[in-house]
Amino acid sequence: MNAKNNNVDQLIEQYKTLPGGLLPLLHAIKHALGYIPESTLGSIAKGFNLSRAEVHGVISFYHDFNTQPVGHHRVQICRAEACQSMGSRQIESHAKQSLGIEYGETTSDGMVTLEPVYCLGNCACSPSIRINDDIYARVDKSRFDQLISELNMPELDKVETSS
Amino acid sequence: MTAQVFIPKDTTAVALGADGLALKMAQNIESRSLDAEVQRNGSRGMFWLEPMVEVKTESSRIAFGPVNASDIESVLDAIDDHLAGKSIDHSLYLGEVEKIDYLAKQQRLTFKRAGVGDPICLSQYQGLSGFKGLAKAISMTGQEIVDEIKNSGLRGRGGAAFPAGIKWQTVLDTPGEQKYIVCNADEGDSGTFADRLLMESDPYQLIEGMTIAGLAVGANQGYIYLRSEYPVAHKILNDAIKRATEAGFLGSNICESGKDFFLEVRLGAGAYICGEETSLLESLEGKRGMVRAKPPLPAIEGLFGKPTVVNNVLTLGAAATILEQGSDSYKDFGMGRSRGTLAVQLAGNVKQGGLIELAFGTTLREVVEGFGCGTHSGRPVRAIQMGGPLGAFLPESQWDTPLDYESFAEIKAMIGHGGIVVFDDTADMAAQARFAMEFCVVES
Repeated sequence: MNAKNNNVDQLIEQYKTLPGGLLPLLHAIKHALGYIPESTLGSIAKGFNLSRAEVHGVISFYHDFNTQPVGHHRVQICRAEACQSMGSRQIESHAKQSLGIEYGETTSDGMVTLEPVYCLGNCACSPSIRINDDIYARVDKSRFDQLISELNMPELDKVETSS
Repeated sequence: MTAQVFIPKDTTAVALGADGLALKMAQNIESRSLDAEVQRNGSRGMFWLEPMVEVKTESSRIAFGPVNASDIESVLDAIDDHLAGKSIDHSLYLGEVEKIDYLAKQQRLTFKRAGVGDPICLSQYQGLSGFKGLAKAISMTGQEIVDEIKNSGLRGRGGAAFPAGIKWQTVLDTPGEQKYIVCNADEGDSGTFADRLLMESDPYQLIEGMTIAGLAVGANQGYIYLRSEYPVAHKILNDAIKRATEAGFLGSNICESGKDFFLEVRLGAGAYICGEETSLLESLEGKRGMVRAKPPLPAIEGLFGKPTVVNNVLTLGAAATILEQGSDSYKDFGMGRSRGTLAVQLAGNVKQGGLIELAFGTTLREVVEGFGCGTHSGRPVRAIQMGGPLGAFLPESQWDTPLDYESFAEIKAMIGHGGIVVFDDTADMAAQARFAMEFCVVES
């Protein structure tokens, strides 16, 4: 945890003078750690001359930010209307059932966190899902299963998880 | 001339396998020793044909689509025939790109360059009239630029349809050392992707439009507030900004004009409300995206309390076109108080979904039936949703409404950002209504 907080301290230094730098900082922390640890809120608040409550308020406002660790892969299913018109509700229930988790949860092996997303801008080839930074179009149940089966546990993170 | 084989790199094409296709295509071209090379372009926005492969020779530009990895061999056989001057016989052959009905029927102003070439190639952009609007703007006063925008009749394309020229005038008239241009790229309505397509297929047009806005009102800093759901656009915009800065189109002393304009992309964080301009500004300031009370208008007290132009991607893109082609030419398109073109986005359960840019005034029916050609499922259409979750579901009886802001207001509907989502007759309209309500509750 200390290494993580040191990393965050460097990022705070980098972003605290940027106008409106809090969101870019939170994105950077999330990019580095996968989430924004509660233990870093105090340093963020100090760096930005805000109260801890204000930082918490910003984090909790946005769907993208979370203060709990997430899985190695973030799988998002589009719930918006264009995807619904092409059967995304079936993909949602299939995903929850096959992964054994609800939205906002992570599989027990730490591999996948499932989240809803409201529009990936890929609405002419629905249903769409996003896995990390990759978007997939015209996803049906078998395509979903195939994409999930291709996911790997990153080697580097394996070490970190087991340590 | 070596033939150029174009494969798009926009989100939709990539989501349908364009990256793998481009790789395999290049390998097969090499192993066949074909006189051709693979290039990545933007998308034309004919998404049901993606990945669409275009082949450009000295005399023609033809297309195949949708092309999957398993089609590569046969498509290359066809390309081989084409290069040898023989006629093409292939089930995916679409003929000359520009003559494809869907594209030929459009009036593309904002999207004229989309899909033509590599979106981040500066020389291609300049070769297709890029930065001509900026060159004109540099020779004009701020007031002259604002007058051009006013005369064009351009209204905000994000959904509110407020006259862009009036907004710019207010910012120009408000004294201030520091002013800002903010691009609203938080395209959150389902069924909309025009902003994404423009940013991914012609990012310099947005950059040019924002720079023109900066020159017009006296702002030297711009921000593109981009939703985090658009990772491909994020990368392309950052690449384009870097190149434009290196080439002197952004940064200090742009084009030796003595004027500065700096531009930065800022990511949103998954909040629908941040598409509303005042909550967007709060978010840009690093705060919760809460809606501000108006007045004061953002044009007077906007980002960090300074005079700020907040415009949608397409509005700022159109500004570049208006400066390049002249406001009189732009306002020749359209009907009533809706001037210029509307980027309609046809999505959902539709056979031929994509980007359709037309002068205002076309009926909804011409779009849904003439371009969409029915549902993807083959079943009858139940209803279409226009204007996102805050818009309306329209039954067929209302499809003869012309696409014009005022005509839509009369039927208590809204054009919004121009997204149309088609539902077939299996749709449960009560469930859709519940969803819209739940969504608005969660996102408010």
